[in-house]
Formats: sequence, C-alpha cells, structure tokens
Amino acid sequence: MSEPPALGRDDVAHVAGLARLSLSEEELDTFTGQLARVIDHARDVSSLDVHDVPPTAHPLPVRNVLRTDDPCPGLDRGEVLAAAPDVEDGRFKVPRIVGEAP
Amino acid sequence: MSAAGTSAAGAPGTNADRANRSDRADRADRERRADTTERAEWETVVGLEVHCELKTQTKLFCGCKNAFGDEPNTNVCPVCLGLPGSLPVLNAFAVELAMRIGEALHCEVRPSSFHRKNYFYPDMPKDFQISQYDEPINVGGWLELPDGSRVGIERAHLEEDTGKTTHQGETGRIHAADYALVDYNRAGVPLVEIVSRPDIRSSAQARLYVTELRAVLVATGASDGRMEEGSLRVDANVSVRRVGAAALGTRCEVKNLNSLRSLGRAIDYEVARQVALVEATGTVVQETRHWDENAGRTVPLRSKEEAFDYRYFPEPDLVPLAPGSDWRARAAGAVGLLPSARRERLAGLLGGAPTPQQVDQVHVVVGQGLDDLVVAAVAKGAPAGLALVRAANELAADIGAALALDAGTFGSVVEMEGRGELTATQAKAVLAELLAAGGGDPAAIAAERGFEALSEGSLAAVVQGVVEAHPEEWARYSAGEEKLAGFFTGQVMRATGGKADGKAVAAELQRLRR
Amino acid sequence: MTADGSDSAAALADAVRRGERSARSVVEAALGGIAARDPELHAFLHVAADGARADADAVDEKVRAGEDPGPLAGVPVALKDNLCTRGIPTTCASRILEGWRPPYDATVVTRLRDAGAVVVGKTNLDEFAMGSSTENSCMGPTRHPMDPSRVPGGSSGGSAAAVGAGLVPLGLGSDTGGSVRQPAALCGVVGMKPTYGVVSRYGLVAFASSLDQIGPFARSVADAALLLEVIAGHDPKDSTCLDRPAPEAMRSLDVGVEGLRVGVCEELVADTAPDVSRRVREAAEDLAGTGALVEEVSVPEMRLGLSAYYLIAPAEASSNLARYDGVRYGLRVDAPDVAQMNTATRTAGFGPEVKRRIMLGTYALSAGYYDAYYGKAQRVRTLLIRAFDRVYEQFDVLIGATAPTTAFAIGERVADPLTMYLSDVCTIPSNLSGHPAISVPFGAGDDGLPVGVQVLAPALCEERMFQVAAALERLAAARARPARGEGRR
Repeated sequence: MSEPPALGRDDVAHVAGLARLSLSEEELDTFTGQLARVIDHARDVSSLDVHDVPPTAHPLPVRNVLRTDDPCPGLDRGEVLAAAPDVEDGRFKVPRIVGEAP
Repeated sequence: MSAAGTSAAGAPGTNADRANRSDRADRADRERRADTTERAEWETVVGLEVHCELKTQTKLFCGCKNAFGDEPNTNVCPVCLGLPGSLPVLNAFAVELAMRIGEALHCEVRPSSFHRKNYFYPDMPKDFQISQYDEPINVGGWLELPDGSRVGIERAHLEEDTGKTTHQGETGRIHAADYALVDYNRAGVPLVEIVSRPDIRSSAQARLYVTELRAVLVATGASDGRMEEGSLRVDANVSVRRVGAAALGTRCEVKNLNSLRSLGRAIDYEVARQVALVEATGTVVQETRHWDENAGRTVPLRSKEEAFDYRYFPEPDLVPLAPGSDWRARAAGAVGLLPSARRERLAGLLGGAPTPQQVDQVHVVVGQGLDDLVVAAVAKGAPAGLALVRAANELAADIGAALALDAGTFGSVVEMEGRGELTATQAKAVLAELLAAGGGDPAAIAAERGFEALSEGSLAAVVQGVVEAHPEEWARYSAGEEKLAGFFTGQVMRATGGKADGKAVAAELQRLRR
Repeated sequence: MTADGSDSAAALADAVRRGERSARSVVEAALGGIAARDPELHAFLHVAADGARADADAVDEKVRAGEDPGPLAGVPVALKDNLCTRGIPTTCASRILEGWRPPYDATVVTRLRDAGAVVVGKTNLDEFAMGSSTENSCMGPTRHPMDPSRVPGGSSGGSAAAVGAGLVPLGLGSDTGGSVRQPAALCGVVGMKPTYGVVSRYGLVAFASSLDQIGPFARSVADAALLLEVIAGHDPKDSTCLDRPAPEAMRSLDVGVEGLRVGVCEELVADTAPDVSRRVREAAEDLAGTGALVEEVSVPEMRLGLSAYYLIAPAEASSNLARYDGVRYGLRVDAPDVAQMNTATRTAGFGPEVKRRIMLGTYALSAGYYDAYYGKAQRVRTLLIRAFDRVYEQFDVLIGATAPTTAFAIGERVADPLTMYLSDVCTIPSNLSGHPAISVPFGAGDDGLPVGVQVLAPALCEERMFQVAAALERLAAARARPARGEGRR
C-alpha cells in the first residue's frame, strides 16, 4: 500500500471550507504546520499494511438496539425557540439560502 | 441518496398530484410528446430514486410524532433537533416497514448498519444525515409493472428525513429570497430510499413505475403514498444512448420532481436536451439539474466537480442491525397481497370482463389502498360495480377520511343506492357527510336529509302528474323533440324535491312516450 | 474519612441520611469553600448556588419525612460543563455555546439527583473536552490545586481540581482519551473511565462518540466506586449503553490482590518521566508484596494508539461539532447568506484547538484519504483490541503510569499540539479498546506533585479493577505513613 501524500496548505484550505471555517493567511500557515506534524506522526498508522484486519467502528459487540414505535412527549416549542438566535412564525429564521440541499 | 428537502414558497410544481385519474388523462398527451422527443435512433435510460416516508407513529430515532401538517416545531425533542448530548435510538417498526418493502420488491433483506452523511444545510439539525450507506437493509430485487415489464431494484435503505425550509420575501431574483424559515417537525421522519436500476426506457414507463411502486408501498402498509404531501419524492437519473449501444450514456440527476406529471415532463425534456447535446457536441456533462415546473425545463444545479464530499463514516451512536430470521419472517408475512393480486381480486368481484373505465377504477382503488374496504363491503352484500365506482370517485377524493371508514358503513350506502333507495346524487351526499364526520349511520343521515326512498310507483305517479300538467310540451316531446326530456326531468325533480333518480325519470318518460 | 482527613462522600451521605447533618449545611459548606477558593482556582464556570440549596432542602425534607433520600444524600457534586443540566448553562467552555441552557438533563444528572446528590456547579474544561490541560477553555485555564502555576490536566481539569482542592467530594468528567484519568493523576485524586457502554452518554455533549465515557472523580477509591454504582446501568436513550446492571464496584474493595496476575505494561512505563516510572515500579513491588503475581509485559500495539486516536477522535468530532451552525441555539454571527453565517459563526465560536481537530478529522474522512487515515485507524483499533485480548489471557489486570509526567506549567505545551497530545499517550489505549481503567494517586514526583498509577482491566471487569485500585490506595497510604503499618493484609 502506498503512503498518502503529506498534508499541505491547499489541503488545509480545502478542509476548512468543508468544515465551514474561515482562516486568515497566517492561520493557514500555522495550522498547516501543526496539522502536518500530526499527520506525519500518524505515518506509523497510515503506512501500515492492515488490509486483512477488519475495522472496528465500535468497541461493543452489540446489535439490534431498538425502541418500540410509541410516541413520547417532546419539547415545548416556546422553550425550543427561546434558545434560537432568530425566529419567526414559530420557526427558526436564517439568512437566505443559496443553492439546494444535496 | 438524500432527502429532497426544500420547497420554495410559491415554487413551481407543488400542485397536488391528482391521483391516477389525471395520470391516465395525461397519458395520451404524454405519448404524443414522446413521439417527438424520443427520436428513433435514441434510447432513453432512466433510473429512479424514490424517497418514501414510512407510516410509523414516531420518528426514526426518537419518540416524536411522525405527523404531517402540525404546527411548526411542535413535534420536536432534543434528538430530532440535534441538541448537544442527544442520541438516536432506532425505531423497530420503521425497520419492520423497511423489511416489508424489501420483501415486496423481492430484495434480499440483510444485516445492515448506519453511516453519517456529512453536509451543512439548515434543514438538517445535526448537519449530517443518518443513512444506510455500504450496508443497506435491502439489496437487489425487482418490481413488475402492469404492462408486464420488470424494473430492477438496486437497493432500498433506511434514512432520516430533513426538516422543511420555506424561503421568504422574494426579491425578484431567481432562486433568491431574503431569508428562510425552518420547521423541524419532519426532521427525523423515517424514509426508505428505493433506488432502481437504470432499466426504465421511457417517461411513460417511469410514471408507470412510480405509480406501481406507490401502490406497493400503500399495499404493504409502509406508506400513505401521498406525493402531494411529500411522503413520496422522486429523483430521476436520465441518460440517452444510441439504440443498440451497450454502454450507458453520461447521466444527469434531475431533482424537484413533485408529481408524476413533473416526472414525465422532466424526463422528456431532459432526453430531448441530451439528444440535442450529443448530436451537436458528442457529449453530455454529468451534473445535477433542477426541474423548473413553470418554465418546463431543467436547469443546472451543480456539476460533478462541485459534488459534495459527504465524508461518510459509520454512525458511532448506533449499533449494527441484524434482524433475526423470526423477525424477517414476520415482516414477510405482513406484506400481504401485492397490487397486481389486489387488482385481480377486485376485478374478479365484478363478475365479468371489466370495462376500460372499471380497469381505471380498479387501479385507483388499489393505488389508494381502498380495495380492502371495497372487498369487505361487497362481502357484506354491496353490489361490486357500484362499490368500485363510489370508492374510485367519492372515497378516493378524501382518502384520509376514507381509510378510516368502516366497511359496513360504506357497504350500506352502496347497498341503499343499489336498491334504489338513494339516487346517485343522494348516495354521494351521504358518503360526503360520512367522510366529513368520520363515520355515522347512513340510514339516519339519509332520513335526516329527507332522502327517504321514492318507490318506483310513486315516481311513476309524479311523472304522470307532470305530463298531465304540461300537455303541449308532452305533445312536442312525443313528436320527437328530445331536448324537452330535460324540461320534464326538471319538473319531476322540482316536484320531488330532488329525490328522484335522474335515470329512473328518463326511463319512465320513455315508457310513457311508448 | 479520606486520606487527607476530609469527609468522604459515603460518610457525608450517611450523616445526612441519619439526620446527623443537614444536606443544607453540607451544601452551604461546599458553596462557602467554592466562594473562598475558586477565584484563584477557576475550577467552576457556573456555580448553581440557588438550585443547590433548593435541592439540599428537598433532601432534608425527605429525611424528615422518613423517605429514603438515596445513597448520595446531600453530597455536593461538580459536573464537567459538557454534561447537560436542565436550565443550568452548559457551555463546553466554548463561545459557541455561551449562554445555552439545555432543556433536558443528562441521564447521569438524573441519576445523581435521584440518588440525593446535589449539583453545586459546572466545571471548567478544555473546549469541547479537546485538550489535556484545561487551557483550551474560552473562559481561561483552571489552576492546579497545589500549585497555581501549573495545569490541573485535562480536559476535565475543573472537576479534578475541584475534588483535589476539597471543594466537593465528588465530580464527574468525561474521558475520551484520558480526560478523567490524566487530570485525576495530576491533581492527586481517583479518576476512572468505565467500560464503554457501562455509563449512559445521553446528555454528554459528544466529542468522539465511540470513545467518550463519563467517569467519576473522588478522593478515595471507595467514593469513586460509590459514584460509579449510582451513574452506571442501562439507559434506553443511549443505543450504545449496555443492557446490564451497574458493576458492583463497592463489593470488591476489601478483597485484596493475592493471586491476581498483574502485568506491568512496558509501554505505560518506558516513555514516562523517571520520577513517574519509579512510582509505578514501587506500586508493582508493593502489589507483589501483598501476594499479587506481578510480571512485566509488552503490548507493542499500544504505541500505535496515539496516531489511531488522533485520527478517529477528530474524525468523529468533525461530524459531532457540525451542528454548531448558528441556526438553532448558541452563537450566531450574522452574514448575508446561510453558508456565510455558518462560517462566520463557527470561525468566531470555536477556539484554535477545536478548529485544529475539526480540520484534522475532516481531512481524515475526506474523499481520497478515508482509507489511508480513518479506515486504517479503525483497523489499528482492531489490532489493539486483539493485543489486549491476548494479554488478558495471561494477566488479570495491567498497571502503568496514567500520565507521562506530573502536572506541567501553564503555557508549557500550548505552542506545539503534538507535544500536548503526547500527554494522553498512556490513557488513550483504553479508550480505543473500550476497556475500563482507573487512576489512583501513588506518591509524588520529584516536584512534590502527585503521581497516578493506572489500573487497566478487560471489558466489564470493573470489580476486579476496583479491587486492585483499592489495594493500591492502601499501599500508597502505607508508604506515606509507614508507621501505621497498613498495606499488609
């Protein structure tokens, strides 16, 4: 298995965008250096050939945790909306949305 | 893979899909158009992704009510609002309904797991959607359409719905609003996404597929199938290729198909667009497109390069799902009769080959999940043909109330009409009242409204009286002036206070003239 | 009585239950201590004085009415501020949640209240529990109770310091990579992480869902066991919470360690400071002296833990923290459209460490890198679990250091994240494997500051782990006061 490339400035800018964070030029430099060191340290894992080892998503060997389809009371709308930055007509108000949901 | 989540206020295509009757009415129009768009040397290739809201009491991961039309943000809790610290717990009945769908579509029902699909959108409270990704609950399968064709099913997996966003304060610019309002009542409602193989070869077949799939979802009790309420939503993957070509063409995904009519129009438009594009430039660009119902065209939404990076990973707050054979067997047993068998059963009650009109009525009744009611009413003695007509027309018009109606009650109205105790008009009025009131005693309603039976004898006497009172008109009518039949019918209606059956009056007039 | 002479939680609850002390007086004393000491310490982000008094009065009312006020009657408890408390601010030490009052209680909070415990306040932490020093708090750092120039460890540094300073007998923290055990070690208190799934996470603001567990802080092993018994047990609101009764941790405290096979884990000793590793070896000797079968053992896969952890935890965090988008609660920074509003809000609301981890995790999950980073880390997790399984065929428990050093100076490790991350190297493996682990104070380093010895046990072997922890506590006390001749049973 080939090793993944080192993490660079463009990568950091890209993931910041995905994560909805904006970085100044200096921050971009600082974070790139710091994250590159962590990714570099992670080479002990990323360079390992473990294709025959199954992944563990979860430490529990548990399956089928379910609940019955019985309604239970939810939250009071007034309380819910009181926590919101902006509301109108019983709904959460947000600035205009550009583009559609995937 | 996603819930089609937004609807712009006053956006195109939100008109109610008027069930199957308008579907059939559109058919001729559609076929005419298909002739011009699907040129002989080109083949249409369509795969559909259908999102179906499951008919559970509660949401997929919390105990909030799964209900349409409630006051905004009244069916919400920490879990479906994505409040910090909240955790999902899977609804067993949603799993059961998903398995029923899988069984009905001849899928392999398998152990499955949930992933997180990460993207930011204000209608998604956690800014990720919990969905099944590489281990869906149902894999493989097929749906047989009434025309005998089969469409392969790739997968049918569980996922949660998003909230509802309403764009406010149009500024005049396309797709631009000043702000938006979000209601999370729908957030977390269970969905099954049914992904077909690209086996569909025309817009007509696509509509037929959705109509039949909808009937399956209704028949299995998984969904109420109401496209107009968004409980069934469709995205289409459309491509074209030269007839005889083995490889698939480049596809475009078309979104915002809110009705069967939109689906058909959008596919036809898209096929014509792609054919023109390939003929002119030799290629189609893979992209996601938005159907603009008002303009009757698709517009680009984003290219493949702009595609989202969803960063799927296993949902750590849920454990894997592996329904045992007992549970799978129970779900399979609960599937019941599929639409084709239901249609046969219903047609069989008619005691002869159904007329084309009756075939349509059978489709409507089964498609709306009203066939059990009709069958039960007929078993109690209601005449089958009349029961079918009333179900396809009056009951289907108020489906929510109709499904709550008792078969005996419905049956007695039809019986009364069959026996001539109610005219067609009166029977419709009684049914309307029963639907509005959520039930009642048909005989009492009829009596209260003064719909008491007008026997054949008393009708004959009234007609005789009217004829005698208008000798001049009667002479002209007897001489063949047919339009005067209307005059006499009107007079009889006036004399009986509308209780007379129009057909019976016409028959009596004919009899007297002879 | 605990080692430092203060009342144990168990003793306080007993006194309250018997009507010898009122819960109100116990709580007033705690509030008084907090008022006097916390301005320097900064362990608390919010002191819920009125609520605490009301809760204490309710406990006293129960006592008067002859009702059972519960096993923690009147005991003041400090909660890490990432545990949801209905109507009480829950900020995760983040600007993005400033002023948010949850409309619900975490399951552990409900259980504490049902047991008669009194929540006196919410404690400081590294923002969203991301850190090892409590310096990454938007409200400023917490100081070490014995040396204000040092950190208390983290991320649950506020709860550790509050318990260490004697302000409260009990505290709760969350442990994702050592965030209970490491500050417990640095502050000289007991801190434990249960087996994943033993304590409900419902109402714990998620950092890394497959690693997070809530754990107790106490000044004695017995109090930690008592608190664990109260908060543990099945919760239908958490799918990952095991459907089994709480461990009977109290029952095993006096059993002793004779015949137990104790492995001294080389990887948890080798890279620690000499004064720390010396204490671990002393602990091993003492355990052997009381009849345990002590041997050295190496689990090389543990060395992969740090990297695996710093891929998995940020990946899950990047997703868990997406919801802080300015729409439904918490901070919003206005912008012309919703995407810009999300970005402005998150940019202003998250501190640098949180941003680092979100970006790291986003990277580890992003298209093209998933297999190399997140995917591999998950496979390494399997390797580590297999290695533990192998080792536990030969050993009943493992011991090692909890943290590589004693409490370090404020500011010392902030410049280089990787150096800070190394503070968790001894605690991370148990989070990846989901196994229980506990830190017990065992003497001091060359600087006179506490050293913690960690006991690791197989999944769901909390009883055995407490058995060894209690023995270590007695042995530590014996070393501190050899004249009393404790530790030989």
